Amino acid sequence: MSPDQKNEAGFTFTIDGVEVTARAGQTILEAADEAGIYIPRLCDHEGLRHQGSCRVCTVKAGGRSVAACTQPAEAGQTVENETAHLTKMRRDLVEMLFHEGNHLCPICEASGNCELQAMAYRLDMTDATRFPYLEPCRAVDATHPDIALDTNRCISCGRCIRASQDVDGKGVFGYVGRGIHRRVAVNGDNLADTDAEVTDHAISSEVCPVGCIIRKRVGFATPIGERKFDKGLIGHEIEEKRK
Amino acid sequence: MTEPRMIEISPVTRVEGHGKVTIHLDADNQVDEARLHIVEFRGFERFIRGRLMWEVPVIVQRLCGICPVSHHIAAAKAMDMIAGVDRLTPTAEKMRRLMHYGQVMQSHVLHFFHLAAPDLLFGFGAPAEKRNIFEVIREKPELGKRAVLMRKYGQEIIEATAGKKIHGTGAIPGGINANLSIEKRDHFLSTIDEMITWAQDALKLARDYTLEHEDLVAGFGSFPSNYLSIVREDDGALDLYHGNLRALNSSGDEIFDQIPYTRYHELIVEDVRSWSYMKFPFITELGPDAGWYRVGPLARMNTASFIDTPLANAAHRDLRAFSDGKPNHSTLANHWARMIEVLHCVEKIRELLNDPDLQGTDLVTRGDRREEGIGVIEAPRGNLIHHYRVDENDQVTYCNLIVSTTHNNEGMNRAVKDVAVKHLSGQEQITEGMLNHVEVAIRAYDPCLSCATHALGQMPLQVELFGADGSMLDSKTQSS
Repeated sequence: MSPDQKNEAGFTFTIDGVEVTARAGQTILEAADEAGIYIPRLCDHEGLRHQGSCRVCTVKAGGRSVAACTQPAEAGQTVENETAHLTKMRRDLVEMLFHEGNHLCPICEASGNCELQAMAYRLDMTDATRFPYLEPCRAVDATHPDIALDTNRCISCGRCIRASQDVDGKGVFGYVGRGIHRRVAVNGDNLADTDAEVTDHAISSEVCPVGCIIRKRVGFATPIGERKFDKGLIGHEIEEKRK
Repeated sequence: MTEPRMIEISPVTRVEGHGKVTIHLDADNQVDEARLHIVEFRGFERFIRGRLMWEVPVIVQRLCGICPVSHHIAAAKAMDMIAGVDRLTPTAEKMRRLMHYGQVMQSHVLHFFHLAAPDLLFGFGAPAEKRNIFEVIREKPELGKRAVLMRKYGQEIIEATAGKKIHGTGAIPGGINANLSIEKRDHFLSTIDEMITWAQDALKLARDYTLEHEDLVAGFGSFPSNYLSIVREDDGALDLYHGNLRALNSSGDEIFDQIPYTRYHELIVEDVRSWSYMKFPFITELGPDAGWYRVGPLARMNTASFIDTPLANAAHRDLRAFSDGKPNHSTLANHWARMIEVLHCVEKIRELLNDPDLQGTDLVTRGDRREEGIGVIEAPRGNLIHHYRVDENDQVTYCNLIVSTTHNNEGMNRAVKDVAVKHLSGQEQITEGMLNHVEVAIRAYDPCLSCATHALGQMPLQVELFGADGSMLDSKTQSS
């Protein structure tokens, strides 16, 4: 099929030389997912609107760096995903997320289910971060009877903000601050001061990619070996579609 | 006549953690003072504050890489109490016990073969380059192989129950997060008889060493003391996982017995001294001078009425007979006691592996929340106390840990001085081999200095400035 040829299913473009079929309106990342090609991402999450802020999904499309989660796929486009340059850039971004927060995997209940940790493994971040640790010192907000927040582990992906607003119809979370000081906070004095409930989508373990939003008293209930990423690298479910 | 001098053994080797010994010799080469200093600093009691209660068993086990299971289980027991759970399901308790027996087994094997055996096999004064596990493996390959494989067996038990060989997550407030699969059970059962045989052989080795070196053992860091451990409720049997507190004096008479460990703070006080990060606990009613006590394998042999597994029980009776049923005070007899406990653990592991409760699916119990929790176990090195308070938001507000090495602080210091006086006093030339004698005495307690320096707060600090003629010119003290 020639690049500009369109059929009922849509059009085609290539990712790392592999022909991918897409429908009009799909992003590069959505089309890649359907085709069984994994593009790393952290702020993007199925069912939530795209934000394009973490830049871990950056690909080269027609030679330009774009966020695959927000960039529409185009017919005939040539997309680079798994190149040494892009992998290094993604690893640098993930490393910076580690140095911005207190990500103490050995004692974190999200360990094994954490997308940040899993991404570091996928991107082969095997050395300690080269950047100085910022070591934030934010008090754990455990005021809610069923939910706790340890924002020292927040990576500002904003998934909880979009889930709360768009899915739960609430506004429990929001961004505060500017620049380096920008971070996720609750809309209230503390979590108990909001209408957050443990059944909210924003509170579910799949929305927060790290160990920031914690459902109380369930930590470590899943044994090692049965956690999400004990079974394979992050993205393996998508890649298995091609096998 | 020579000038007064100080000898420093730093670091003390083949122990866990960092410590040093200072020995002060007077002008006649007589030992004036000898101390074990703990020079590292951890701070767990302070930085655990503010963390969430279910994180505690996972965080505090990072105190140690040798016996993290001990801290994991002691903290989990304290969190059971806070979660309002007084009795676990049979599956949960037996899984935790299996984890603990695997832990004590591997830790004791590590200590005996890897850390102590070079001294026992080659002599305390043997060349330093010979005193290591590699030489043990080279000269006694079968013994070395067993050391590695027995430790592996214990480590694999831990992995099967906690999820990882080191720093697992198995014990959670109110229970456990997994049972034992039939496949894993059968894997362990396939070599358990071999482990029993090897444990009996290791026990014979330790026993024979003690008896063949009776004079050395009797005079090496041996002195009367009080002893403390938990023992099983009602019958006073050895129980490494749960029980009530029992303390005996040097004659074997009861100081207190069958006291619930939740009352430990009425029975024990922790003293602080300026020259060590490690505290000095003592039995309250006896005071600091007479109330210090020892814990650990030999202490448990002294306090336990009997052992509820047949082979270890026979060995226990055998050991007790050598001190006419009275407490055995020989520091070096700890090795013998340690190997009796290895045999006990292996017997217990076999008993548990044959128990279908390990395949049960009722893993966690819930209860009414409490604000305070205390968990006490017998860790490989001795009694271990974890005490926490948690607020209504599930955050820790208070933590007190008394670890085995801290309990043994006074005992270790006395052993250091005893050995230093006997082996260094009056010597013109102090050799490395002589100094190793001091380390042998410390090693017999299998101290974990990393575990013992967990406290954080204002420590009393004293700085003294001496002139060339030895007179003190200035002194500054920062009190606690």
